Amino acid sequence: MSTATAPRRQTESPGAAPGGTARPPRRRKTHSPYPTWFHLPAGVFYVVLFLIPTIASFYFSLTRWTLFDVEFIGFDNYVRFFQEQQLIQSFVNTFVYAFLTSGAKVVLGLLLGVFLSSQIIGRGFLRSVVFFPVLVSTIGVGILFEVLLDPFDGPVNETLAIFGIEGPGWLTDPNLALFSVAMVDIWAGVGLATLIYIAGMVAIPQEYFEAAKMDGASAWHSFRHITLPLLQPATVTVVLLSLIGGLRRFDLIWTMTGGGPGFSSDVLASVVYKQYQAGFFGLSTAGNVVLFLVVAAIIFPLSWWLNRKADDR
Amino acid sequence: MVTRTSRRLLAVGASGLALSLALAGCSAGGDESTDGAVELSFLVDNSEALVETAGALADAFMEANDGITIEVETRPQGSDGDNVVKTRLATGDMADIFQYNSGALMQALSPDETLVDLSDEEWVDKLDPNFVSSVSTDNGMYGVPMGQSMAGAVLYNKDVYAELGLEIPTTWDEFIANAEAVKAAGDVAPIVQTYGDTWTSQLFVLGDFNNVTAADPDWAEAYTAGERKYVDEPAFAGFQHLQDAFDAGLFNEDFASATYADGVSMVATGAGAHYPMLTFAAGQLMTTDPDAADVVGAFALPGPDAETNGLTVWMPTNTTYIPRTTEGDKLEAAKKFMAFLMTPEACDIQSEANAPQGPYVIEGCSLPEDVPAMVADLQPYFDEGKTNLALEFLSPIKGPALEQIMVAVGSGITSAADGAAQYDEDVIKQAQQLGLEGW
Amino acid sequence: MTNRVWKWGAGSVAIVVALAVFIVPFAFIVFTAGKSQSEAAALEFNLPTEWHLFENIATVLSNRDNLLVTAFVNSVIVTVAAVAIMVVLGAMVGYVLQRRKSRWNPLINAFVLAGLIIPPAVVPTIWTLQGLGLFKTVAGLVAVHVAFGLSFCILLFRSFVATIPRELDEAAVIDGAGPISLFFKVIFPLLRSVIVTVIVVQAVTVFNDFTYALYFLPGDENATVQLTTFNYISQSVSAHNLLFTNVLLITIPPLIMYIFFQRQIVAGMTSGAVKG
Repeated sequence: MSTATAPRRQTESPGAAPGGTARPPRRRKTHSPYPTWFHLPAGVFYVVLFLIPTIASFYFSLTRWTLFDVEFIGFDNYVRFFQEQQLIQSFVNTFVYAFLTSGAKVVLGLLLGVFLSSQIIGRGFLRSVVFFPVLVSTIGVGILFEVLLDPFDGPVNETLAIFGIEGPGWLTDPNLALFSVAMVDIWAGVGLATLIYIAGMVAIPQEYFEAAKMDGASAWHSFRHITLPLLQPATVTVVLLSLIGGLRRFDLIWTMTGGGPGFSSDVLASVVYKQYQAGFFGLSTAGNVVLFLVVAAIIFPLSWWLNRKADDR
Repeated sequence: MVTRTSRRLLAVGASGLALSLALAGCSAGGDESTDGAVELSFLVDNSEALVETAGALADAFMEANDGITIEVETRPQGSDGDNVVKTRLATGDMADIFQYNSGALMQALSPDETLVDLSDEEWVDKLDPNFVSSVSTDNGMYGVPMGQSMAGAVLYNKDVYAELGLEIPTTWDEFIANAEAVKAAGDVAPIVQTYGDTWTSQLFVLGDFNNVTAADPDWAEAYTAGERKYVDEPAFAGFQHLQDAFDAGLFNEDFASATYADGVSMVATGAGAHYPMLTFAAGQLMTTDPDAADVVGAFALPGPDAETNGLTVWMPTNTTYIPRTTEGDKLEAAKKFMAFLMTPEACDIQSEANAPQGPYVIEGCSLPEDVPAMVADLQPYFDEGKTNLALEFLSPIKGPALEQIMVAVGSGITSAADGAAQYDEDVIKQAQQLGLEGW
Repeated sequence: MTNRVWKWGAGSVAIVVALAVFIVPFAFIVFTAGKSQSEAAALEFNLPTEWHLFENIATVLSNRDNLLVTAFVNSVIVTVAAVAIMVVLGAMVGYVLQRRKSRWNPLINAFVLAGLIIPPAVVPTIWTLQGLGLFKTVAGLVAVHVAFGLSFCILLFRSFVATIPRELDEAAVIDGAGPISLFFKVIFPLLRSVIVTVIVVQAVTVFNDFTYALYFLPGDENATVQLTTFNYISQSVSAHNLLFTNVLLITIPPLIMYIFFQRQIVAGMTSGAVKG
């Protein structure tokens, strides 16, 4: 059946196994059509302006650093970081926030991407509208939703009041603030996920759908067996980007709640940011190292697994 | 309407802060001894008021000094601005003159290594000694003020007070009694809190410092040495007051989401009776509710004892500094500009560019006649010597999380005792970062 | 029939939903941009009692010696240069990374992910730029954007190169194409929809950036558009009307760019079908 074989053809060609499963090494080593030096120009930018400064900054995590003076203090910053008040809650918040936002972005982005690739009226308009929030600066988004979600005269609660529902203090209730910010994050970021999924849809050759139709496959069947598998590259990208983004995000939280009320919507990144802003540069660098290790512990295995899955297909 | 406050000239800065009256004013910087053109960059934060003031000052200075041009540059406010200043100083890339805070924040710039010492300039004597100490280290004096001093006080609506026949309270119990009276009367919020802007939550503690000093004159010094804590009286009172006010239900209904602008406008329109705030709120008031200039008054945040009732005073926060990287002709020109900032002419330009928020700290400078009532109300405290400096000008220690902790206490999330304990923990980081003894 | 129902029915429903979810916030921005300062300070969702939009636009445009106009020019220069470089370099890496199996690949992949995870270290980066003589230059800012943005480009390109059948490479090689012409003449054009996607995403990122511009290219004459929004936020007196006018002015041009480019993605749809 064409639907089953179609997705496979791209990887059936010999030697196609990027960075993953063990296969015999390629035969032609000298005149590869894929020259290694293609890595070079990008590598120069990366190493000089990212890698070297990053390694230098790791050193500062072992120091008390005012930007003007540096004093080596060993692992004291790490000890202090783990003594930070409310640290456990920040960890929990970080994971809740990251999985909630990235999950929603993947699902909504996929549905919107597929939907906005189908033949509907106003498609161009809808695509622009969905993408619009991505273009608005975080400060703008923050202030916008502070007003919309105002517990007293905000339009959201006023609308709810029409239906006789008393709206909560979206950003002022300690139990709700984090979730409200997550919703806004999804609103602001789903356009990006949608765009990547639309690009993924474009990459799927139309014949597959036509062939499936001739075989009498239902819409659901096509979606399940053609669209979804062939959107794998897009999914990998969206999952990785939104999860990394979610684990590291603090700017929106910062503008909307400042980690509050109190500390109730603090995440790891906002704790680190507060240290940075208070001028504790060594401590915040140590916090960043911890944050990096946490994110890496989730992302690296996930990336490896997702890519292997993609290669296996 | 409340009777108009008689607008007395707010004389030379903080007389209560013991300003030396020696040395009559030097001439305004009008020398024309320039050899070749010098161009100075002047970095200020991007608040509308400050940019305007800095521009006006630069223009006036350039008019009097041929051959020197000053280009005003801007940076963001808040923590990003702080970090821009620190980064540019640390990487040797600071503008020729820059504006930054005085007090604890200035101490974090390693001034001895990065700033030009101005203690030998002839105009230093004209500065209020309190200001001098807020921009000095053991090794030097580094800054010249822009703008005025201000107070952490309770802004109140005079119409509400007149209507209910209330008197200005001098003890905390009287204050709460007034607030209860307002509550009993109906619609008006007794005490306005605005946690939509978290920084506004700190006034209960920071503005209470006059009362702390009254109870324990050595508190600030002992605190810097690690020998005083907020969990103990007298400093604990600030936390306790906030919790009591919350427990008594004295806040405006929307305290959790209201913003600073809301707060000022509530007390201006009579929707709120009291708003503990810094008197720089005069600027906001004159922008959004100029009609209420005479309606919003100010009184000192009361403590346990009417005898020691007095104002907690902030030195001008906007201060100009010269970085070490400014050398030669530029340094000469920059110093000339500093001398210009010390003249009454420069003060008048500042008063005109924006609503004054309190007395000047420069000898010879005076406020215009028509200052907002909240600023005029400060004068008696200064005249009677009932003022004390805020903690941030007496100790370099200020924990970064105070505002969040205060919001939690003021929202009933955390108890006053826990909040104070959290804050004591929070300041340890700051003390260690500064390398202080005893931490 | 069902197609028609879908086209009109689902389309209309979507438009209604979009109006509620996306246009209402947009309306708020426009309304606030049209208010006077004291009215805007109340931050309420309602029509301005009197429209000041054009006045506000004029104020925002002329503020600080036409700072916004300067900022626009700067942002466009930085965005175009940085995005052009990172798209080409990122595509090269993503392509070889996907196509060629090498024992270095896991390391390169790890670097790519690290680039996404680790926040840039501001002060050491300034030292590096100073060492290279690129600090406070447009070229320096562009280089920084390239270095920080490459990871995203590589990740996306690596994923999407997989959708191009290898047979095409082999056919081209048999036709005598060298590695460079294989990449630029055969592969690069086929990546069109991804390239457009990367351009859109990265252009938005670079255009909306304010941190890097703030630290690596200080000075008003070098301001970028996002920095201008900070002029209207203040602890003491906020001008929300001007802030949102500013937000509006700096959001519309990228939106127009997006509308233009997203047509390019759709155009890619048909070409993809032919080649596949």
